[in-house]
Amino acid sequence: MSLDMFLQHLANGISLGALYALIAMGYTMVYGILRLINFAHGDLFMISAYMAFYGVALFTLPWYVSFALAIVLAAVLGMMVERVAYRPLRDAPRISALISAIGVSLLLENVAIVVFGGRPKAFPRPSLFAYEWKFGEIRVLSLTLFIILISVGILLAVFYLVYRTKTGRAMRAVSRDFGIASLMGININQVVSLTFAIGSALAAAGAIMWGMKFPQLLPLMGVVPGLKCFIAAVVGGIGSIPGAMLGGFLLGVGEIMIVAFFPTLAGYKYAFAYLALILILLVKPRGLLGHVAEEKA
Amino acid sequence: MTCLVVFFLFLWWAEGNLDPYMRRILNLIAINVIWAVTFNLIYGYTGQFSLGHAGFIAIGAYSAALLTMPLAQKVQNFFLVPLISPLNAIELPFLPSLVIAAVMAGLVGVLVGIPSLQLRGDYMALVTLGFAEVIRVIGMNLQSVTNGSLGLKGIPGYTNLLWSWGCAAVTIFIVWTLGSSSYGRAFKAIREDEVAAETTGVSLFYHKLMAFTVAALLTGLGGALLANLISTIDPNLFTFMLSYQVVTVTVLGGVGSLTGSVVASAIYVSLFELLRPIDQPIVIGSLTIPGRPGMRMVMFSVVFLLVILFYRRGLMGSTEFSWQWLASKLRFGRSIGRQET
Repeated sequence: MSLDMFLQHLANGISLGALYALIAMGYTMVYGILRLINFAHGDLFMISAYMAFYGVALFTLPWYVSFALAIVLAAVLGMMVERVAYRPLRDAPRISALISAIGVSLLLENVAIVVFGGRPKAFPRPSLFAYEWKFGEIRVLSLTLFIILISVGILLAVFYLVYRTKTGRAMRAVSRDFGIASLMGININQVVSLTFAIGSALAAAGAIMWGMKFPQLLPLMGVVPGLKCFIAAVVGGIGSIPGAMLGGFLLGVGEIMIVAFFPTLAGYKYAFAYLALILILLVKPRGLLGHVAEEKA
Repeated sequence: MTCLVVFFLFLWWAEGNLDPYMRRILNLIAINVIWAVTFNLIYGYTGQFSLGHAGFIAIGAYSAALLTMPLAQKVQNFFLVPLISPLNAIELPFLPSLVIAAVMAGLVGVLVGIPSLQLRGDYMALVTLGFAEVIRVIGMNLQSVTNGSLGLKGIPGYTNLLWSWGCAAVTIFIVWTLGSSSYGRAFKAIREDEVAAETTGVSLFYHKLMAFTVAALLTGLGGALLANLISTIDPNLFTFMLSYQVVTVTVLGGVGSLTGSVVASAIYVSLFELLRPIDQPIVIGSLTIPGRPGMRMVMFSVVFLLVILFYRRGLMGSTEFSWQWLASKLRFGRSIGRQET
């Protein structure tokens, strides 16, 4: 493979990895706080993409307004989901919350099928993102670079929030120990809602960029990325934000590179993520960057 | 016992007399019963949350399909890439294929179980989900064995009411006997408190693997019955949505209750069909409720969420149906009530 092709694949891989990293962060934040695999995350992702689409197509808002609105609405939706489906089950065994997450996921998917219809829709791609740059043999869509820049920007913002602000400290405290945090005067409900809001906003940002990259909107489009990004979060260490980033990039780059180097395995592309998951869970269950939590019997 | 005999006589009559639609529904109920009961074995009795059911169903279905399909049909199906030998020369009658399909699923169950059962809770759910998806992706790509995304058509329709309900009865019998034996006590001990169970000498891994393998075997049996019922299968039938469906049915019936699984399967499959009118506009008097295709799935999700949020025990909690209970409700209700106070 020539250097040009390799760089092209690398650019695609990093871009995809950045998207995975964004969505994986949402998963990891929710898991860190609630120890809950939010199966509905992928569907929140899908709904945000549709909202951005309808903002432009139906309400004819300018794209930047529509995208910003979609992110805000997604955050609100995430908070609603938490309030309705997860908060009542906070004292229940964790499996109940998991099953509830599955229920929410099913509900969102089916509502999307009914409301949005099953036919694919074309996501808008503003001209700002559609320039094609040519470096020799390589063609890079300006979108690819924007994705990397924006994702890294958002990731840095989240880092700042979690590690340098008082709210972030509260979030970290709640994720360490629920009960003690509430005894220290932290308003658990607020923190959890905020976490969900941020996680959903991240998913929405990811969804909008995903929609621009792969412009076909389908009601079930969130399922596979959702699962893959959760795998990315687990591989990197669930509960650890840098882990989610690492996992996302690893998975994105890996997926593209495997198909680049072994084109005959292209059909098994989806299996790669699952195999990585199985491997990691067997070899290092805490993930690459995860901390060892005490065993709660 | 007489109940069972009457039931099977009914089925024998039904086979000849009910219309194909009702027969299809009853067959589907039986297959869902098998799946729900086996999921109960893994989750209700042993407390391991496995989302890998779709994978075992796929293995069972494909095995049975490949074994029972007539040779001419095989040639017709595998027009892109021929089927590997010896499969393209074998054609077996129903019972051996069922057995082999179940055994295949059981073997895969052991392979999947060995790594998965070492994990807890969320991680196990994810790994089993992953394995089921890997199985599906492999099925989609192994053109020379499974015919890839083209799927398999023309599987002979050997499944009839007696077969499906017979297998369901066998499944319930096996799971019930296993659950009432010392193994069952070990399973439930593991479910309640793994550490305590281990200290009393229960070998965690061995018992978990046993439950998992038996469940996988019987799930594969259900999958085989499905293949010979709907006569067309392809990998997209066996996504995690199918696993979710099994979980839904079991949770609705009450985790840990086999009777609940049976009842919930019946309700689920029937509702699935009965709610079809929602997809079309309904006219009540002068009021037209517009129908949208897919509304019934929305209703299902809503019902599911309501159950899990407010009525977590499901229909029957973890209790089973018993004749004493029925008798107490019908005849001796008053005196028993007094005895309890």
